[in-house]
Amino acid sequence: MELSTIWFILIAVLWIGYFVLEGFDFGVGALFPVLGRGDEKLDGETRKRVMLSTIGPFWDGNEVWLITAGGAMFAAFPHWYATLFSGFYMPLFVILVALIVRALGFDYRGKVDSDVWRRRWNWCIFLGSVVPSVLWGVAFTNIVMGVPIDADMEYTGGFFNLLNPLALLGGIVFLGVFVTHGAMFLALKTDGPIRHEARALAVRVGGVSAVLAVVWLAAIHLDTGTALSWSAAGLAAVALLGSLAMARKGSEGWAFTGTFVAIALTVASLFLALFPDVMPSSTDPAFNLTVTNAASTDYTLTIMTWVAVLFVPIVLLYTSFTYWTFRKRVSGHHIPQADTAEDLSVGSPGQS
Amino acid sequence: MEALELARWQFGITTVYHYFFVPITIGLSLLVAILQTAWMRTRNPEWLRLAKFFGKLFTINFALGLVTGIVQEFQFGMNWSDYSRFVGDIFGAPLAIEALLAFFLESTFLGLWIFGWGRIPEKLHAACMWVIHIGTVLSAYFILAANSFMQHPVGYFNNPETGRAELIDFWAVLTNPVQLVTFPHVLTAAWMTGGGFMLAIALWHVWRSRTPKSEQPMYRKAAAIGAIAVLLGGLGTIVTGDIQGKIMTEVQPMKMAAAEGLYDSVPEGEGAPFSIITVGTLDGTEEVWAVTVPKLLSYLSTGTFDGAVEGINDLNAEYQLTYSGEELTAMDDYRPIIPVTYWTFRLMMGFGFAAMVIAALALLWLWKGKEMNHRFWYWSAIGVMFLPLIANSWGWIFTEMGRQPWLVFGLMTTQTGVSPGTTTAEVFTTMALFTLLYGVLAVIEVGLIIKYTREGAPEYDGESLDPDDRAEDQPFVFTY
Ligand code: HDD
Ligand code: HEM
Ligand code: HEM
Repeated sequence: MELSTIWFILIAVLWIGYFVLEGFDFGVGALFPVLGRGDEKLDGETRKRVMLSTIGPFWDGNEVWLITAGGAMFAAFPHWYATLFSGFYMPLFVILVALIVRALGFDYRGKVDSDVWRRRWNWCIFLGSVVPSVLWGVAFTNIVMGVPIDADMEYTGGFFNLLNPLALLGGIVFLGVFVTHGAMFLALKTDGPIRHEARALAVRVGGVSAVLAVVWLAAIHLDTGTALSWSAAGLAAVALLGSLAMARKGSEGWAFTGTFVAIALTVASLFLALFPDVMPSSTDPAFNLTVTNAASTDYTLTIMTWVAVLFVPIVLLYTSFTYWTFRKRVSGHHIPQADTAEDLSVGSPGQS
Repeated sequence: MEALELARWQFGITTVYHYFFVPITIGLSLLVAILQTAWMRTRNPEWLRLAKFFGKLFTINFALGLVTGIVQEFQFGMNWSDYSRFVGDIFGAPLAIEALLAFFLESTFLGLWIFGWGRIPEKLHAACMWVIHIGTVLSAYFILAANSFMQHPVGYFNNPETGRAELIDFWAVLTNPVQLVTFPHVLTAAWMTGGGFMLAIALWHVWRSRTPKSEQPMYRKAAAIGAIAVLLGGLGTIVTGDIQGKIMTEVQPMKMAAAEGLYDSVPEGEGAPFSIITVGTLDGTEEVWAVTVPKLLSYLSTGTFDGAVEGINDLNAEYQLTYSGEELTAMDDYRPIIPVTYWTFRLMMGFGFAAMVIAALALLWLWKGKEMNHRFWYWSAIGVMFLPLIANSWGWIFTEMGRQPWLVFGLMTTQTGVSPGTTTAEVFTTMALFTLLYGVLAVIEVGLIIKYTREGAPEYDGESLDPDDRAEDQPFVFTY
């Protein structure tokens, strides 16, 4: 196989890793106003902190998949990186701002004991999760369907060109699937009322998302699909439906595995439809960016391959170790109950 | 202003901002790891309390370093797409490797560290902070390798067919002579900055009359560790900075000349002087009054007191001859902004020295066990917090602006690297909003640091943090 093809696959893997992992923490953030609302069983603040504790040790590592995907595109396909990042300028800017306020929301919301303070960060977490979910869907639909690119590999379409109906549908599908994924994650990782509500919610949102996803995937693959991309998309739909069935049956582990696989296959189907282009031009197919004309030299790709072969397994190893360490379910009584700021600084379990 | 200028401002603002958090992260992770190891070894609760106290401040700082770093990575593609196309073959690799080797380590082990208190074995928990520190050092290495390529390109072939620089020797990029001195200089400067942070905060507690008498010894210990870090780190920056000057003179003579504002070459044997302070005419072309140290510039740049130093005018003429033929390298004027390079170079050193003086005095007082409740120590605390930090900013502004008008020295000028497709309105919007957002975040961060500094080190209640001794289903010790 050509080195550039291997790197196309590796970059697909990095994006898949990003969406299957950050997908669930986006989902958890997006569910903040729904599952985080207090009722007679559990107050809102405890609920939110349970939700945060399920993703607390993981979300930052999940986000590094994005950083690595970006870096790998820069290294392996500089023209792809340059065209995409300068072309999708405003959506990427909005994603950056959203990721900034979201991450700070996680880290800072518990650090001052004031309702106003926490409410503001709640908004940051919520919007910071919803907005990038939608925009990534918009961006990926556009990448696969093609955008105006000129002979110099420059994007010439402007901002509103990106907001076409199919791309917006893609955005909604991404959001819906991530919310389902996040709800499945919460059902798997919490105990008490949140667990049951999350499961019920996953089934409902998942049902709607499945329908929309099928329409969106069909539209994409009818246009640019291959036998392989169709099969991946088909299997993704099966996995999603299987996951919903498992959730109804109450087997949360399988249900979460189902959404995990569904997202992985969906993203894989997009990359399969894309290959051998990396960014097709809607202006003239002669201007397409492809795995050949956008790639780095074989020497660079060889070095990068060695680095990936040596270090990706190590990363996977210690990432799995964290997931193993924090495998237990979280529930209300894991949350130190004293006034937030105090117990954080005292850091003593005896005080609760 | 045009998109080019705005993109430069945006890069400068966001990078200098990112770099406020970076050296504190690098330095403080080391110091917290040391505190936690001291607790493991001695079982003196003071060390545990300090580790938690500074660990909390560390996480507050880390969060901002992280989010602003992502902006840095995206920015190359967003604002500098022609540059990314030109150097991607070389420059992308260290960036990708940095993410794979360093960022995964830092973020995963920080998650383990924050949520792992009482959940993972104590030794492993302490090891996490060491791993985080190693992650930050690796991160610095690879990003600086990328930056050093821009200062002094090596290991590449400028391919006329593809119109880009292509990698032919990756090892050469990783062991770029500029990199080999920049890395230790930046690393020691970061340790110094972390030390300044710790000294400042501990010193404030020592100074404050409200701090209970029983806590004084604990904060005095922390202050002493911080002061030692400032002094050792400072020594390291001086030694490495001195070597750096010589390498810089070799590979970027214009930058050295600009650092002194030396317009006319000084031939072998005369010995170029170094001025501490100069008052010049407004356009910076003539000197009115100056305090100078004879022959020091010759020493800084060549290692001998009467070595020849080339001046700005000769170099400019030389560059015009060499580089004017090609589109990527043609410029009318190859001079950086001289007053900026002149002053930032001095301010970098001056701020660093000032911090070392404060640290030395503080160490002396701490060592002699003297009272430190005089107002002087309050201002010293503030000084030693910000002086090394801002010295870092001066250093970077000097290095980066001294490189101008080059984006990649000798290969590509800054004006040819900017994204051709983005509009002025777009760059203006993002720049204005980033600046606004960063301003708000700075206020929040400083507020949080002050709040947690005031609260002081958490009490030690004697409860074991070893998971073996703890009930299965305990609440989290640290959470969000
Ligand atoms: C790997 C590359 C790289 C790295 C590690 C840094 N820079 Fe840089 N810097 C650039 C790559 C670059 C650049 C892309 O080359 C810029 C953008 C515009 C320009 O002229 O050079 C630049 C410009 C630039 C400017 C504006 C200069 C001007 O346009 O006149 C400043 C003030 C800094 N940088 C400061 C920093 C700081 C504080 C850094 C510490 C983190 C830093 N740089 C690291
Ligand atoms: C302009 C080029 C730079 C880019 C593109 C860049 C990129 C990044 C990114 C993406 C992160 C977030 C990683 C995470 O999630 O943990 C980050 C953080 C970090 N960067 Fe940078 N960075 C740049 C400059 C530098 C320099 C010059 C250094 C060191 C000398 C450095 C050291 C660090 C460290 C230690 C962190 C950890 C987070 C923190 O600072 O709190 N970076 N950087
Ligand atoms: C006598 C003391 C010092 C000398 C002689 C010195 C020398 C230098 C030189 C020559 C450079 C430019 C390198 C280049 O562009 O190729 C530099 C850059 C820099 N300096 Fe210093 N320096 C000193 C002290 C400090 C201190 C105290 C700090 C911060 C605490 C500091 C932080 C930096 C930083 C962050 C850079 C930019 C990165 C780099 O290129 O290494 N320096 N220094």
